[in-house]
Order: sequence, then C-alpha cells, then structure tokens
Amino acid sequence: MKYSLLGLIKGAGNHHKDWPAAWRQPEPKPAYDVVIIGGGGHGLATAYFLAKEHGVTNVAVVEKGWIGGGNTGRNTTIVRSNYLWDESAHLYEKSLKLWEGLSQELNFNTMFSQRGVMNLAHNLHDLRELNRRVSAIRLNGIDSEFLTTEQVKAFCPIINTAPTIRYPVLGASLQRRGGTARHDAVAWGFARAADRLGVDILQNCEVTGIRREGIRVTGVETTRGFIGARKIGSVAAGHSSVIAAMAGLRLPIESHPLQALVSEPVKPVLDTVVMSGAVHVYVSQSDKGELVIGAGIDAYNSYAQRGTLQVIEEQMAALIELFPMFSRMRLMRQWAGIVDVCPDASPIMARTPVEGFYINCGWGTGGFKATPGSGWVFAHTIAQDRPHELNAAFTLERFSSGALIDEHGAAAVAH
Amino acid sequence: MTAQSHRNPTGGRIDRARTLGFTFNGRYYEGHPGDTLASALLANGVHLVGRSFKYHRPRGIVGSGAEEPNALVQLGQGALTEPNVRATQAELHDGLAAASVNCWPGVRWDIGAINGLLGGLFPAGFYYKTFMWPARAWRAYEWFIRRAAGLGLAPREPDPERYDGTHAHCDVLVAGGGPAGLAAALAAGRAGGRVILADEQAEIGGSLLAGGGTIDGRPARAWLDDATAELAGMAEVRVLPRATVFGYYDHNYLGIAERLADHLPPAERAGRARQRVWKVRAGRVVLATGAIERPLVFDGNDRPGVMLATAAQAYANRWAVRVGDRAVVVTNNDSAYQTALDLSESGVAVALLADLRAEVPAALAQRLSRAGIEVAAGSAVVDAAGGTRVTSAEIRRLGADGTTLEGPARHVPCDVIAVSGGWSPAVHLFSQSGGRLRWDEAIAGFVPDISRQAEVSVGAARGTFDLAAALAEGARAGAAAAHAAGFGDGTATAPAANAREVIAPRPVWRVPSAGRGKAFVDIQNDVTAADIALAAREGYSAVEHLKRYTTTGMGTDQGKTSNVNALAILAHATGTAIPAVGTTTFRPPYTPVTFGALAGRTVGPLFDPARLTAMHPWHVQAGTRFEDVGQWKRPWYYPRGSETLHQAVARECRAVRTSLGIMDASTLGKIDIQGPDAAKLLDLVYTNAWGGLEVGRCRYGLMLKEDGMVFDDGVTARLGPQHFHMTTTTGGAARVMAWLEEWLQTERPHWRVYLTSVTTQWAVAAIAGPNARRLMAELCPNIALDAIDFPFMAWRDGTVAGIAARVFRVSFSGESAFEINVPSSQGMALWQALMTAGAKYDITPYGTEAMHVLRAEKGFVIVGQETDGTVTPGDLGMDWIVGKKKPDFVGRRGLARADCKRPDRKQLVGLLPQDPKEVLVEGAQIMADAAAPPPVPMEGHVTSSYWSATLSRSFALALLKGGRARHGQTVPVHAYGKTSWAQVTEPIFYDKEGEKLRG
Amino acid sequence: MLLIACPFCGPRDETEFRCGGESHIARPGPAETVSDERWGDYLFNRANPKGVHLERWLHGHGCGQWFNVARDTVSHRVLAVYRMGDPPPKDLTP
Repeated sequence: MKYSLLGLIKGAGNHHKDWPAAWRQPEPKPAYDVVIIGGGGHGLATAYFLAKEHGVTNVAVVEKGWIGGGNTGRNTTIVRSNYLWDESAHLYEKSLKLWEGLSQELNFNTMFSQRGVMNLAHNLHDLRELNRRVSAIRLNGIDSEFLTTEQVKAFCPIINTAPTIRYPVLGASLQRRGGTARHDAVAWGFARAADRLGVDILQNCEVTGIRREGIRVTGVETTRGFIGARKIGSVAAGHSSVIAAMAGLRLPIESHPLQALVSEPVKPVLDTVVMSGAVHVYVSQSDKGELVIGAGIDAYNSYAQRGTLQVIEEQMAALIELFPMFSRMRLMRQWAGIVDVCPDASPIMARTPVEGFYINCGWGTGGFKATPGSGWVFAHTIAQDRPHELNAAFTLERFSSGALIDEHGAAAVAH
Repeated sequence: MTAQSHRNPTGGRIDRARTLGFTFNGRYYEGHPGDTLASALLANGVHLVGRSFKYHRPRGIVGSGAEEPNALVQLGQGALTEPNVRATQAELHDGLAAASVNCWPGVRWDIGAINGLLGGLFPAGFYYKTFMWPARAWRAYEWFIRRAAGLGLAPREPDPERYDGTHAHCDVLVAGGGPAGLAAALAAGRAGGRVILADEQAEIGGSLLAGGGTIDGRPARAWLDDATAELAGMAEVRVLPRATVFGYYDHNYLGIAERLADHLPPAERAGRARQRVWKVRAGRVVLATGAIERPLVFDGNDRPGVMLATAAQAYANRWAVRVGDRAVVVTNNDSAYQTALDLSESGVAVALLADLRAEVPAALAQRLSRAGIEVAAGSAVVDAAGGTRVTSAEIRRLGADGTTLEGPARHVPCDVIAVSGGWSPAVHLFSQSGGRLRWDEAIAGFVPDISRQAEVSVGAARGTFDLAAALAEGARAGAAAAHAAGFGDGTATAPAANAREVIAPRPVWRVPSAGRGKAFVDIQNDVTAADIALAAREGYSAVEHLKRYTTTGMGTDQGKTSNVNALAILAHATGTAIPAVGTTTFRPPYTPVTFGALAGRTVGPLFDPARLTAMHPWHVQAGTRFEDVGQWKRPWYYPRGSETLHQAVARECRAVRTSLGIMDASTLGKIDIQGPDAAKLLDLVYTNAWGGLEVGRCRYGLMLKEDGMVFDDGVTARLGPQHFHMTTTTGGAARVMAWLEEWLQTERPHWRVYLTSVTTQWAVAAIAGPNARRLMAELCPNIALDAIDFPFMAWRDGTVAGIAARVFRVSFSGESAFEINVPSSQGMALWQALMTAGAKYDITPYGTEAMHVLRAEKGFVIVGQETDGTVTPGDLGMDWIVGKKKPDFVGRRGLARADCKRPDRKQLVGLLPQDPKEVLVEGAQIMADAAAPPPVPMEGHVTSSYWSATLSRSFALALLKGGRARHGQTVPVHAYGKTSWAQVTEPIFYDKEGEKLRG
Repeated sequence: MLLIACPFCGPRDETEFRCGGESHIARPGPAETVSDERWGDYLFNRANPKGVHLERWLHGHGCGQWFNVARDTVSHRVLAVYRMGDPPPKDLTP
C-alpha cells in the first residue's frame, strides 16, 4: 500500500487498521543468490539496489538483532559530500544525489533536510586546509563555499564569534546541500522497498560462521540454521573484523565506541549543522527539537556500545565554548555505536581473496551519509563481481600497495 | 488569589512560618519552604500546567518527582531561564517565575489544540508516510513541524552561573536515601567504611517522607530523623541531598549531579556554583533507587486531575495539600489502599476505590469501609471525562480475562483520579552498569538479575516493596559492602518494621475501552495504546523499533512511567510474552543533566589553557597579533601603527634580509636524549645517519611513520658522546616525545636511552640577519663567533648578555642566524637585552608569518603545511636525507612500497604566478585542464603562498603531480572561481647556494 | 572511565593513560626480505577480537611506562596487566 496523505485520510476513517506490515517477517529459504550480512542502512540499501538495479532479487539480509539497530540508529544523522580527495568526493556526491530523491524513490519520508553543513576554521592552518578543501570540492562539481566570520555569524547567529574566545572562529566552509536525515527512516525505507522487490529480511538471525568450499563461499551458518549463498556481502560495521575472521580474513580495522548525545527538546534554535575540528563539536537540532551532538571516539577497542563520561564532559565544554547559551540546556540521553576505524579514514568496499565474499566496512565515524551511495556501488560490485568506478579505489589491496585515500582531515572531527 | 485553597492548616514537612511568593503563567501564588513548584501549585488548586507534545491536550501534574511526564515548565527568565524543568522537582523559592511550555497563546486556550481534532490523521509515524510531495518540499513542511515540536525555549544569553566538578573515592556508594538506602548507609558507616549517600531530593528519606508505617516501634519519620542525624555524625560518611546519581559507567565509576543553588532565589546564588558533578569511583555500590509507580492505560487517562496514587499520597502527607475535593482511586495492587485512607484523612472525599482484582485484600478493604470508602472489586476506571480538569470517572466491572467489560457503567463525579498500575523497580542504574534484567511475574515488573559490576540492588529497586524486608536488605548490603572493603564483620542488625501482606497485582495493561477515547501510554509524547497496536501491525515489533517508530519512552522522562506499559501492550499485540519482547537498554543519564555542569570549570579561559612563552608579556606590550599553534600563542606579526598584516610582514622580512630580526622560538619542542644508545635511537627514528655527528655539531633530521610518510622534522645537536638535544616542530613536540618512548620501550627495551622533555625549560630567541653576528659579538664575550670556529650547524655554550646560554648556529630564515637558548626564567631578560643592544641595527621582532615567508623563499618545508601525512621525503625533493646505506630506520620499508615509487607522485615545486602581484590562495588547486568542465581533474595544490618583499613579487610552493620533471611549465591554479596561471620552478627562490646562512 | 592498574604505579583513571592498540605485533625484517603484503599486514591489519584483547597502554600522565593489558572488549574488564616484553598469561592467549 503506497504511503500518501490520501492514505492517511482514509486511515483516519478506520483507525488505520489497513496499513500492512512495512516488511514481511519470512522464514529463511535454504539458499539465496546473495546473502547480505548486516541489516543496517548500508546492507539494506545494498539489497535494494541489487534487486532494483541488477535484477538480483533472490537476496536475504540477515541481521542479528533488529534492522537499523547498529550505527544506522546511533549516529548524528549528518549528510554531506564535502570530501577532499577525488575518490571520496565522487562517492559521497553520488550518495548525496541519491539522498536528494530518496524519499520519493522509497516512498518513505526519510526527512532529508538540506539545511546546510558548516565546518568552522579556528586557526591559520584550518583556513589553509579549508581553502584547499573548498577549492577541490568545487572543481569536482560539488557545492561548497567559504564564509567569513561575519558570514558565519549571519548564517548561524547563535555561534560565539567573539575574537576573544580561546579558538576564535576565523571562517567556515558551507555546503548548503548538506544537512540531516531521519536515521531510522532510512533503514525502514530501504527495508520496505527491498522487501517489496522480493528481498527477505531476516531479523534475529546472527551469523555464526561462513562456510567455504576451497576458496569459494557456499553459505552462512546462523542462529536460524545454515543458509546457502552463492555470494555473501558483509556490511556489518562495528563487527566487520568478526565476520571477516569467519571467512579467514584479517582486516585493517579496529572497533571503537563513538559516542553521541541529545539534549531535551526545545523550540527551533539552530537551523544548520555546525562542525568544528579544532574545538571538536558537531551539533544540529532534530525536528523533534533535541540538540544532537556528536562526541569523540573512545581510545580503546570495544564492542560494547557504551561510552565514558569523560568524553561527554569534554564534548560539553567544547559545545559551550562555541554556544555559551546552551550551558543551561540538559543532556537527555547518551549512547555509543561501534565504528570501524580504518587507517586512512576511508572505507573498504571490495572483493576479497575469498571468492564470492565481498566486504563493505571501514566507514569510521562517517558512514551514515554514504548509506544510499554505499549500497548502490556495493550492489554493483557484488552483482558484477567487479567494482564500479566510484569504488574502484576503495580496495583492500591499497593497504599493501600504499595507495591510501587519507581523509583524516575530513574525519578530524567525527561526523 | 493568594490563599492556598487546598493547603491543610497542619501537617506536612513545610515551614508555614515563611511564605514564598511565586508566579505561574504570570499569576501570583504563594507557597512555603519545603514546597516544590508542583506542590505549591496544587496547594493553590492548580492542576492544569501544560499542553501535550503532539495533540496539545491539556495536561496536569501526574507525579511528585523524577517520574513526572507532564508538568514541564520554563523556569526563570532572561539569562537564567531553563526549559523543561519538572515542576515536581523544582524547589520553590521566593520570586520563582515559571510558565507552561508548548502552548500558545496560553495553557487554557491553545491554538495547537487543533491537532487534537485532527488526531486521526496523526497516528504513530504518520510523517514517514507523507510530506514527500513535491520532492524537495520537505524543508517547507519541516519548518512547520519543527515549530510545532520542541518543548521549552533554549536560553538566548550566555549562562552567567558557574559550575563545579569534583572527584571522589569511597568504599560504598549508596544511591538513594529511602529506607533501604538509609539502612545500607548506616550499616556501612557503622562498620567504618567511607560512604557516600546520594539522594535526588532536597530531603533524605525517600518514601518515608510521604508514607506512614513504623520502624523500631516508632513512627517511620522519627526513625528517619534519627538515622540522618546519626549519618551526619559519622566522619567517613558524606550525605549528599539534591544529588542525583545519573550515570553508572565501567569499573564502578558513577556520576552524581548535585544541585547547589537552584533552590535559592537568584539574588542569593551570587558567588556560589550552581551545580556540581561528582565523579565517584566506588568500591561497592548499593542501588537503593526505589520503584516508580505505573499509571493505568484507560481512555482519557491524561486528563488533568488523573495522577499517580503515590503522588496524591505524597502531596497529602508531605506537603499537606489536598489534590482535589473528591477523588476516585483505581488500583491493581495493595499500595493505593493506604493512599485512599491518607487522602481521606487529609480532607479529600474519596468516592470510591476501584480494584482491578476480583479478590481484594480483606484487612485493607475493611479499613476503607470503616473510613466510609466504597471498594469496588474487579472494577476499573474505563474513561475519565472532563476538559482542563477531570470531572467524572466511568467505572465498569472487568471480565475475567481483563479484556472485556461487564455490567452497567457508573459515572462517579470527581476532580481527581488517583491511579496505581503497579510498580516498576527503578533499575535504570543497574541496567546502565551492564546488569541483566529479569521479568518477575509476581510483581509484574523487571528486576535486577545478573550483575556485571560490584553492586547490589536493595529494597524496592529489586522488587522488595515490603518496608521490613527492604530495611533488612539494605542493612545486609551495606554491611557486606563495607566488609568487602575491609570494614566490619559483614553483619548488621536491621531495624524492625511492620510487615504487610501483599496480594499480587493484577496486570491489565490496557483497560478495555468503553467508547472512543484515547488511552495514553507515553503521556509526554502523546503515544496511545492504539499507536502501539498500529506499530505492531506494521512490523515495528522489536522494542527499539516500537520506541523509535512511535517515540514512546523518548521524551524528557525517558519513559519512566510508560516503558513497561508500552512493552506489555506490544507483547499483547504481537501475542508474545513480555520477557520474550525484551526490554530496552537504559542509557545515562537517569534524569537530565545540565550541560554546564558536565563542562564544570572547563569553560572560558580554562577551556583549553593557552601555553605562553617567557617573553609573552613583551609581545603583548608590543601590540602583537598572535596565532594559535597547538595550544601555544605565538606572535604572528608585530604591526606598527596602522600597518596591515601584509605591510608588517614585508617590513619584518626586509629587516631580517637586510639587517637584523629577532624571533621568539621558544615553542619548538625540545627533548634531552642521554645514554650509551642515544645515537642508535636517532639512527632508528631519523632517515639519516647520526653516529658520525661530532660533539658540538647539529644536524637536520626528518622523521617518518612506518608507512614512509613524513611525520616531523627538526635539528638535533650532539652535546656529548652520549648526549643529544633534539628539537621538534611546535605542534609535534608531545607526539615526537611519545613516539620515541614508544620505540624505546616497546621495540628496543634493551637500549639504554633516557628521554626528558625540556621544551619549557628553555626560552629561545633567534636572531637572524646580516648583523646577527655583530650583535652576538657585543653580547657574547666567550664564544668565538667567526664562521670557522663556529660554523653553520654547530652549537656552543657561553653567556649572552651575561646569561648562561646554549647557542645554535642554525637558520630557518636563510640568513646568518643564532638561536640563543637560555633557562626560561631568563628568557625575558635575554629578549630585552637583545632588543636594547640591537637597537642600533634597528632590530626587528618578526612573527610566524614573516618566518614562513623567509623559509619559503629558501624552499624549507613546514611539516603539516607542505605535508599532510601523505608525503614522502622523495616527494619533498629530500631524498638526500634518506640514508641509503642504513640497514634500518622507521619508514624505510614503507618507502619501498609500489605506491611510494610512482613517478607521478605529487612533488614539491615552486610556483611563480604570471601576475607577479598576485598572491595565490593557499589551498588553491592546480588543474590538469583549465577548460575541462567539472569534475575537473586536479594535479596538486598550493601549500604556501606569499608576497616576497625580497623578490618584489609573489611566489608559492606547491605539490604537483610529477612536478620535478615539469619545471618551466605553466599551470592553471584555481580557487573560488578564479583561475590564475603560474610557472613551475625549483622550490627555492633565494640564496640557492646557501652562502648567506653559512656566512 | 576505566580503572587501569599500572604495574608500576597501581590503579589509576583511564585519563592518565593512552591506549596504544594491539600488543605483541612483531616488526618484520630485515626490510629487504619483507613482502608488501607482509608489511601491509604489520602496518595495518589487526586482530580486533570481540573478547580478550591484548593491548598496550602508556601511563603518560604518570610513570611514562608502556605495559600490556589483557582486556575484554565487551565487558571492558581488565583481566591481566603485565610488563612490556612479558608473554601474555597463558589462559588468556587466544
């Protein structure tokens, strides 16, 4: 049943009794052409594009818990494509273009709000880097502009731009097409759309092993039994190393907690996304009114989805430095996701030495924005058994050849 | 109206001797010390306090503490305003001003209430199904949605108040000062342990403050007074009232938010910290956090006047407030019987107690009937009628399975419905600690099951509702916790209390509907039972899906009163058992914590304290503009009069090139390296060879990461056969120090090398220019200064201006230069002496900007500017510094990888703009093809770009693909819509042979 | 805030330390004999286990010493602390 205002009006007449399940809860088939491990946004998007773009519909997404329960449901919802290196810029821009039509594509309102993403510069080094970045981004055909301190103040009047603060705001870059989206809706929207194309979404189905014949995969062992698969795509951010180990692979990945928090909801007060590397803040306001604030990565490996108080304390100090008026706001909820930290702060979306086993991981702190684009190129990689030109550089081999895509500048502040 | 219409003349824990005036929505009321805003409003007969989040339905006070979902107010004004404060937790003070949130123009008549009429259009998750057309219109829809959402208003001014943070260690931390917590603290304290007892309320006592009962044969409140007095007398016990244990983190680390001044009128807060966050490392934790009463889910259960039974009881007993004139009590358990009696005693006419259970507790029912209160067994309130206040309750008999109604409807007029739907142990902190929960059928609630940390839950927090048992549990846990820390023998005697028979509650999660009303589960977020059923139908049947789809439990109360009801209704809708549905993870904080309190003192000047050199006051006096480099404040340039940056830098550069400049170089990192294997360490971490360096000489070195990328650079001097002085970049000092230690300790532990960071031991003035040696000669009698005795890249000990100094002949400017190191305490004296003596050469202080220009003219790179973690020595044209014969150094193998050998790597070049007056933008990109449409292929970027006063033209350094083979080419350089052309050159523009710096 | 027992100073708050990642990674050599793959593995690949992790910590705001910690990456419990160069406790070796 198509979602529409008309549908809601009809529903109002009969207590909304007719809305069907957004996706089926099927029993696993004995085998699929493709099994996607991980029912997060990236995995569901991969399944959707496999079915939609490549006609591969005999697909299962296996999820150990509930879909969207990993980093998809734990991030700060920022979407942008202002990346330095060509490879990243083109990938994230593809994703951003998909975001721009995603609600209509999926018939599910993902609430992609292009309210702009502003990155602040606080010292001369920041300014140089910002010029470099903006210049490269624009030449790549992506919108980005430079704002002076006065323009920063005009665009976001509540930022403290006083020259007397510890790290004064010297300027900013602004990507107006960037913004935020409703994170859960992305998972649900892709799930519903993929389901309608025939994809089986198998929740509470944890992968416990990967079966191989020689160097070729044959399926996955799960808590719901063995499921055969000609191809397997691992999209299990946070647990990528665990899944890879089942296939006998070692990855250049460490799992770390990344914390975030929200304030109590208040009336609109912040209309854009503000990010600062030097002061270490990224903040926006959700449609519900909460300030959504990203904190730092805890320094140790962890699979625990919980963080520490000191990271939150530092985060609050940084926020108040830039927004002194937020001091009396209150922390309502803090949580953590487990992110794949990759040495060059760029993802891996590639074939592996194990035939039929593909891996999509290493998004670090910035995977949410890539959700549709990641699914799009990964579906191509699995269906065609070769990367799309957009992900050709994001290989595993780069870690031995040295051809890294070093985006630490982009990730200097988690996002 | 100032009379407290619903306040009783006696009783309660308030101070009637003093009257406090306050305003709510602009109207003046009065209350007393001891009141909360909620109790004072109720004392004045005010129930209607707000409008709901989605439907803007009128809402009243539901609870009496942290669980309150409805009564959120905007507290205070101007810079002191605070949104979404629970009226039940705001202590009354004279002059308090509060207002309702989320309604306009007012709480009685609110335009948003139109949403209530259209409610049918807004089921759970309606926004996912619409607002998609036309594409890109979401921003417009969003504008309206955002304004409708949100609750209170954020402050618009900086917070004038300050906050504290503090650390504490204790043997036993007791969270919660109710009977169980008090018993635990007493037992642990008596054993001699260091105890912290924290309770969120202004007064310690928890349920004892509002309830009756006897302990040790005396009224419980008398026992409470003795207990608090005894604790106050124990030297090792710290009692923190107004202190919420909000977070339970790893390794028994807990956060406590203490309110120090919120209960005072603004005028009395001056000089005090407003709040303080305690960070406590506890040996053992006793969780005595009590339980939270659940509402019942029936139609109209959100009307003002419908409140939790315990709250009604607390208002009667603790605050001597009659919550209404005529009450109906509805319960599924025993506890509300006492409420009915207490209400009756306080002067509220109790029309009826409806007990959902067919079998009622006989003794209690008898007491009610003696008090003239009818008990309707097997009955429930199925609808509450009214508008801005409940006016009547519809009572029906429940069918045997709880899903049907029987018999006729009775409409009982009332202005209060006191509700008890059973109790949920407050397991929030336990869950945060990583403990696992278990569903307990007997109490119909989640209780702690398996612990992960050194804690124990006691009393109502673990489902022990009986007072005697709770006291015993507390005493036992307190004694055991103290014993574990080495105090006492682990035993304690518990005070005696009257035990009560308890008949199990009858969970009826959704009281059957008699009509068409809305039955609310999450009353703050306007989530109804129908919404939960819809979510289940649509497949959002995982608990987290339910929460996220319907927003139940996502409000400022985080579902304290609603989570279990929502879970149970979901279980019913999906035909599963509650434990199979599971529970959500409770996340910190238990109740919201002020951002400012979490930041504590780390704001303003203490946000990240600036590092200043010994000469800083001189720079400030000179009107210097500073640059932030890491944490350091470095002089950027020294404008004279109205000079611009450009003018000042040109003047400073000319001074260095033609006469004499002076720079504060104190911020460079300095590491003292000693030991027999010191040279080996240098050989390992630098690319070049160090063994042959003579004592008295210096050498430039480049450090790489293991992947072969440039990481830091600097000059290192050999002070003795086994003694070196290393310098690093300003920003890299700590990194390099850690790097060296890491290699030493983890890879070469057998080497005998000792490192000491001496960055701040030394103040450094660098003098540079053709007159540098002359000035040195004047001030430095004991060092032979000519180029043969004291050559370039050498160092000497001596005195400068009478100050013991270590002088290095190194140069980053390309001129003859001396870096004079003196003890930091002598830095200012040295600087002043140099300035005075150098006046005849017009000695000119120069900052980092001029330094950058001067070094760029020489083609010297700055790590972090010409490099970005992707640049090899070869890329910089510095292959000469990479020891080909060295068997090993950090980064050697990395450099041999395929990608590091590509001929088209980006390499350092010089650029001369075609327009010699144009200074290229630093960061501008070099295009492969100026005519190409986007995406334009790029070949590199400008890393440094300046106006050179020396060359009388602009110039730049850049990284360019295959750049070394492209000298002479002209390339298009682009930034911000402008394409300029520049000629590629060798990256050196001044004194190529280096005669000046050697001279 | 983890509580880590520095083998030299005793139990201290996590903020006094720096986590240095996986321990017991041998640096391959001599360089000429090491393949690109082997070198890449040394530089970048990590075990990243869910469970017992043998890792290095530096007591930077204390004695300045590196040491090893065996810690569970799910419960965050510290299972053992031992000096650099010492082998991991046998029962904790994966």
